[in-house]
Amino acid sequence: MTTTQPLLDIAGLTLELPGTARPLLAEVTLQVRTGEVLGLVGESGSGKSTTAKAALGMLPAGGRTEGRVTVDGTDVLTLRGEALRAHRARTVAMIHQDPRAALNPVRRIGDFLTERLAHAGVTDRRAARARAVELLGAVGLPDPARHVRQRPHELSGGMLQRVVIAGALAAEPRLLLADEATSALDVTTQAEILDLLRTLRAERETGMLFITHDLHLAAAYCDRVLVMYAGRIVEQQPAPALFAHPRHPYTRGLLGCSPTLGGTAADLRPVPGRPPSLAESFPGCPFAARCPEAEPECETWAPVVSPLEPEGGPVPNGPPVPAGEAACRRLPLAASVAPATHGATGASGASTASGASEASAASGAEAAR
Amino acid sequence: MLSRLFRQLAGLVATLFAASFVIFAAVYAAPGDPAVFLAGGRDKLTPEKLAAVREQYHLDEPLVVQYGRWLWDCLHGDLGRSFKYADQVADLIASRLPTTLALVGFATLIFVVLGVGAGVLAAVRRGWVDQAVVGATTLAASVPSFVAAIGLVSLFGVRFGWFPVTGAGSGFGGTVHHLTLPALSMALGALAIVSRVTRQSMLDAAASDHVEAARASGIPERDIVRRHILRNALGPILTMCGLVTAGMLAGTVVIETAFGLSGVGSLLVNAINTHDFPVAQAVLLLMVTGYIVVTNLVDLVHPLLDPRVRAERSAA
Amino acid sequence: MSALTAAQSPQSPQPPRSSRPPQAPQTPRAARIRRPRLRPRQPLTVLIAAGFLVLVVLTAALAPLLAPYAPDSIDLSASLVGTGREHLLGTDASGQDLLSRVLHGARTSLIAPLALLALAALLGVTLGTLAAWRGGWVDTLVSRLTDVMYAFPGLLFVVLIIAVFGAGMTTSVLALALAYAPTIAKYTRSLALSERAKPYIDAYRVQGMGGARICARHLVPNLARSVVGYLVVLFGEALMSLATLSYLGFGAQPPSSDWGLMVQEGQAAVVQGALLPAMVPGTAIAAVVVAFNIVGVWAADRLGSRR
Repeated sequence: MTTTQPLLDIAGLTLELPGTARPLLAEVTLQVRTGEVLGLVGESGSGKSTTAKAALGMLPAGGRTEGRVTVDGTDVLTLRGEALRAHRARTVAMIHQDPRAALNPVRRIGDFLTERLAHAGVTDRRAARARAVELLGAVGLPDPARHVRQRPHELSGGMLQRVVIAGALAAEPRLLLADEATSALDVTTQAEILDLLRTLRAERETGMLFITHDLHLAAAYCDRVLVMYAGRIVEQQPAPALFAHPRHPYTRGLLGCSPTLGGTAADLRPVPGRPPSLAESFPGCPFAARCPEAEPECETWAPVVSPLEPEGGPVPNGPPVPAGEAACRRLPLAASVAPATHGATGASGASTASGASEASAASGAEAAR
Repeated sequence: MLSRLFRQLAGLVATLFAASFVIFAAVYAAPGDPAVFLAGGRDKLTPEKLAAVREQYHLDEPLVVQYGRWLWDCLHGDLGRSFKYADQVADLIASRLPTTLALVGFATLIFVVLGVGAGVLAAVRRGWVDQAVVGATTLAASVPSFVAAIGLVSLFGVRFGWFPVTGAGSGFGGTVHHLTLPALSMALGALAIVSRVTRQSMLDAAASDHVEAARASGIPERDIVRRHILRNALGPILTMCGLVTAGMLAGTVVIETAFGLSGVGSLLVNAINTHDFPVAQAVLLLMVTGYIVVTNLVDLVHPLLDPRVRAERSAA
Repeated sequence: MSALTAAQSPQSPQPPRSSRPPQAPQTPRAARIRRPRLRPRQPLTVLIAAGFLVLVVLTAALAPLLAPYAPDSIDLSASLVGTGREHLLGTDASGQDLLSRVLHGARTSLIAPLALLALAALLGVTLGTLAAWRGGWVDTLVSRLTDVMYAFPGLLFVVLIIAVFGAGMTTSVLALALAYAPTIAKYTRSLALSERAKPYIDAYRVQGMGGARICARHLVPNLARSVVGYLVVLFGEALMSLATLSYLGFGAQPPSSDWGLMVQEGQAAVVQGALLPAMVPGTAIAAVVVAFNIVGVWAADRLGSRR
């Protein structure tokens, strides 16, 4: 474990909405370090986007929140008003799934960028104009001086996603949230955008939370990958390890149902059933109903994320480095430490943040307006 | 874009032809001799006068030719002669038009500022403010404009004495002072529809993803409302304001009568009450033309505000 | 353009004149003519409004019994008297008791809109059904006629008719009926089109029943509920239009006690500081219109939703 403080630190984040049977997020704990790409994978409705929005302090209105979200040492959920605005304007930036929906269709590309720049500290109009052109060049848009005068409907989807990324970079954020940033693009454009994001990350040392439903993409692109199911984290491993040795049955299911090159149709094994809706609640493991390996005990076992035993057994000398974590009853756990400490951090996180939770719910309401 | 302009113009011209023909041909719907009707009835009618009417309206020629000549004359500013005022109708209208236009302009200013303002307020501050705005404006719309006029006169004209009760005033300040109550009475009915369209349009615009995205990037709420919500909601708002303004040309008929203003609207009422059909015909033609032109203009301007509509239409 | 942004882009609120939108409320004229109404949140509001209307109808019916004076009994010695024991709501310039006049006036002010809507409905439903049933040139003709009428803003079409045929209550009612008919025809047409597509109509046709008979016996009765709901909503508007015409001197003529005419007659006294002669009938108009709008929206919702 590195000694430096993680850039994004979400601890025991639980979010409940009135009128739903299960929490939107349950005990979500994750860290993104500077310069690291953390992949967040799951089916739609698994809570990926909600987790990302928590880093912006944008949780749904009227919800009850527990847990703590810190970005660069700042507790996001307690931020209010101007401080929250500044946090969103300067520290964290989000790249949305559909660039066409994320841009105001009646305003020019240049206005979009200068507006973002203005709130990131570039107040001089002319300087902002110049910087906007520069940013468009930096994201690889040809002829940027022309594009600043165009409106979104004049550009293609791939070009627009570059514009959105340029907008996200305008603030020189410490943390980038890429919410399905490439899903709406065709494959070649997708590759270009991913390449661009990788270069930018290397240049600027930003941390990135990379949300996707494509496990293969995540495994190929991210440093670590975290798998979510029904608002819970079910597995977390370094990307190569996850791909090579998925531990949680759900992860294995996900890998099994995505086509691979050279595979035959028979190799595709869809995960049976459908992702659970918010109206379904689970006394035990939420995946039990769809899990091919489920045992009767799984129906009642409350899921706990526990460190995994490293592949090839515990490392004999040196500190125990958990290779990853997973929330499955049937997995062998790393010998001693982890479950207890984990439970402790979760509990402390919950207790410190409980006072702020109502207030943060209010801020969510404010944000949602 | 050009073909759209052409189509719009063709539609405008067709509607104008149809409407003007109805106004012209109405003479023949009147019971009795059209010449007698145009001259304002049988009393004090001399054969010379009747002959003059026949000559002026080419009543001896076929209907289509009459219509064509009448339209031709109207296009050249010759709207006929009033047999009551013994004056050119065009001059009568010209002398009264400024008051009417000032009234419509003033009323438009009031309903745009108050109506859009109330709509924005209702959209931004939901809850009781929203309900109060919707309730108050719809209540205002249920009051006929002449009743509102008399209510305002009673309160601000007679009881408080803040505003003059009748007349149009002179000079800019005087005109504003005199026209405040009339313009307000006329604007009251429009507040409901304008504020409601504004509110709904704003709510629709606020539900867009790009607003959420702007909020996520830390843009202050003020800027979001102004640049992203109101700006995008402007199309329907502007269209509705244009339609209401166009309709107000007809509304002056009531308000000018209520406030004793000597404008085009009261001219129409007087013309009808004194059986001066040439004047009524000319005023109706003017008001209908104004209405049709303004509504078409609004339709043309709308895409300029919204590049998406522009793109769609040029693609279509 | 992606489906998402296309869905968000505001449609041009003014449909082209040539095409007919499915529902009358979408048209610019409808937007102009029919103003938004109070949307009753609590049934209590509706109940109060309905109670008030029942009261108004009752007093109108019983006006001769309730009114303390004859509506046209002139008493110049009691000109412009304020509220008091003798005259509960005061008197007008010629000493006529305002309460008696308003009570009697309720009759014309309520019956005239009713008559005009009945006439407009007869015309509009016939034309609308015909246009929907026959289609083709009948449909085109009806819609062209409608378009020309829609080129006249506000009451100007009615004013033109009055200019030609002269002022009077009958002319006003007929003219307004003519002006309201297209809106009703448009509404009926859209309803009839969807009703016509239903299988039971085909069933009657297969049995060899004639088009006119199917329309009169089955189609129109099935539309009646929705049309009536629409008419209730139009009532407040019709009352307002008629009052406006009377106020301008185009409608009811003296010595009628029509509310609009009373406002006109009472207006001169306002400048002298006597507000009652104009405000009493003015308030009566406003109150009845508000009450009708509240009940109208409720009724339209109920009648429309049970379709």
